[in-house]
Amino acid sequence: MVAAPLTTSAPVAAPVHPWVAALLGALPAPAGLRPEITLSARAALAAAGLPSRRQDDWRFTDTAPIAAVAPQLLAPEALPELPPVAEGHHRVVLDGRPETLAAIAWPAGIEVLSADETRDALGRCLDPEGKAPDWPVLLQGACDAPVLALRVRGAVSEVLELVSEAGSGPGVLPVRVLLLLEPEARLELLQVHRSSGANLTSALVEADLGAGAELRHGVVANGGSESVLLARLAIRQQPGSRFALATVSRGWGLVRLEPRVVQSEGAAETRLRALQVVDEHQIADTHSRVRFEGPEGRLEQLHKVVADGQGRSVFNGAVVVPRLAQRTDASQLSRSLLLSDRARVDTKPELEIVADDVRCAHGATVSSLQEDELFYLRSRGIGAAEAARLLLRGYCQEILGDFPAGAALWQAPSFSGGPEEIRR
Amino acid sequence: MIRPDAPVLLEIRDLHASVADQPILHGVNLTLRAGEIHAVMGRNGSGKSTLSKVLAGHPAYTVTGGSVLYKGADLLELDPEQRARIGLFLGFQYPVEIPGVSNLEFLRVSTNARRMEEGEEELDTFAFEDLVNEKLQVVQMDPAFLERSVNEGFSGGEKKRNEILQMALLEPVVAILDETDSGLDIDALRIVAGGVNHLAGPDNATLLITHYQRLLDAITPDYVHVMAHGRILRTGGKELALELEQRGYDWVDAEPAVLEAV
Repeated sequence: MVAAPLTTSAPVAAPVHPWVAALLGALPAPAGLRPEITLSARAALAAAGLPSRRQDDWRFTDTAPIAAVAPQLLAPEALPELPPVAEGHHRVVLDGRPETLAAIAWPAGIEVLSADETRDALGRCLDPEGKAPDWPVLLQGACDAPVLALRVRGAVSEVLELVSEAGSGPGVLPVRVLLLLEPEARLELLQVHRSSGANLTSALVEADLGAGAELRHGVVANGGSESVLLARLAIRQQPGSRFALATVSRGWGLVRLEPRVVQSEGAAETRLRALQVVDEHQIADTHSRVRFEGPEGRLEQLHKVVADGQGRSVFNGAVVVPRLAQRTDASQLSRSLLLSDRARVDTKPELEIVADDVRCAHGATVSSLQEDELFYLRSRGIGAAEAARLLLRGYCQEILGDFPAGAALWQAPSFSGGPEEIRR
Repeated sequence: MIRPDAPVLLEIRDLHASVADQPILHGVNLTLRAGEIHAVMGRNGSGKSTLSKVLAGHPAYTVTGGSVLYKGADLLELDPEQRARIGLFLGFQYPVEIPGVSNLEFLRVSTNARRMEEGEEELDTFAFEDLVNEKLQVVQMDPAFLERSVNEGFSGGEKKRNEILQMALLEPVVAILDETDSGLDIDALRIVAGGVNHLAGPDNATLLITHYQRLLDAITPDYVHVMAHGRILRTGGKELALELEQRGYDWVDAEPAVLEAV
């Protein structure tokens, strides 16, 4: 072995970002199903450092809250008290420990995939466009989370409730879920992310919907002022399948939701509805992407924002309709309610349409509470504060109404009250 | 029903008002006594809708002169909600759609606000449903409209029925109905007018604001006022409405008071 001469100009690796270096140093050796993926994610993360606003995808989003989280895995601690389990719900708490997953009894129609099946299916929906994985996916991959991998057959009568509770401790809580819905399977999934501390929940859910399958997916995300949630949803839909996503987030120092849907042959239905509430110095960022890889797909997307205090909201909604996706029918509407003149909303539809025989409607509105609506309520004896509360609740209700009734237990009492309660 | 000794409920004196610094009302005088039905007629732009909004307290309108007394007390110093609670009602020309707010809850909250002001007890959900089902009959309205969002997706006729339903629940002392007949077909007009007639009594007063005579075929006014250029130019009985119907509004422009105003 001969030492390389000093004059050779080998590329000098940039120093690894200290937060990333510390995290990588704190992570245990890969023990999951795909160690080679974990290792490559760690290498890529070391090269990438933290996302920065110089990157187009993060242009409006301050990532300082990520760097403020302790670079280590979150140690399991005693869970805060959870609300009672709603009737007809089947609750599973994801705390990042493989042994927790092993002990769960599943409702009829749901079974755990074998290690081989999981290994085979994992990541299948993740990267349909062959691009380099981006930061939230790298972080998730590096953390080597235990995978909850399920097959769904037939119609599951119970609402599957997946709860990730980061609590108040420091560190990163990785959550990874893989769902394979057999043709004609039906599942209602309620995913809950909660945190009250300076920690980061890194969530990755892949769902592969067979022909004619239906997944109704609700996400309730309640965080604290120092909490971070990075959640990627990677959905693949076969023809005739229906995917309906409803998300509501509030309270997080930083929350970034990335629903990515591919209709692999078109002819499926996708419905995305979101409500993100920001106040104080909170940042909520949704980057969605829906891609049609065949004709006659449908998309209905409604993204709503309530921005108060000095909160910041970002919405970037990409809809990709290549030439083969003729007769696609897509609509996207972004509606933002600005309750404070120091809050900020950035909203951007991003339509990439090559096919010529399509309907793609899109729109964006930013407004404060409507004066004519307020006056109408006041003219009926309803005080100004109460009127504003009713209007705000009505505004949110359009999204909240899409959740299963049992989701209210996770939302109450905030959304039955007004702006003051929503703040908390 | 005209009774010269009936108490004065609303007294408008030399009322001037503007919107966005544009003067609209140039000295309106009008007195409503208990038991009376008044109709204010006029062209579009004559100021009649402005009058209704100023009386209800719409924040976009500024009173620049004159006074309005409600049962002898200053009405103009009150917030819109307080005016409603003490018994002033404005039926909107264009009732506002409020997505996500249940009509039933809206009706209950507003009814209770009025009841509390009157020293009556608040109605809970069940008691209110009994009340609202009774009042629905006044406007022959389908209870399904209670479950929907306020006015959302209602037809023109359904919105106006919903206005009269609110009036029936709030039992106002002074009801101002702004172009209640606009957008109604014959049947809906008959039902809405029937509701107004049913609710008009010896202890309250009604102010109809309308462009056309046809509403006045169904609701007989005690007084008809012709408004133009932000003033009431002539006052008469119901025959004045018929005269307007025959002659149109052009003759109004030749009135001395108008010539003086322009």
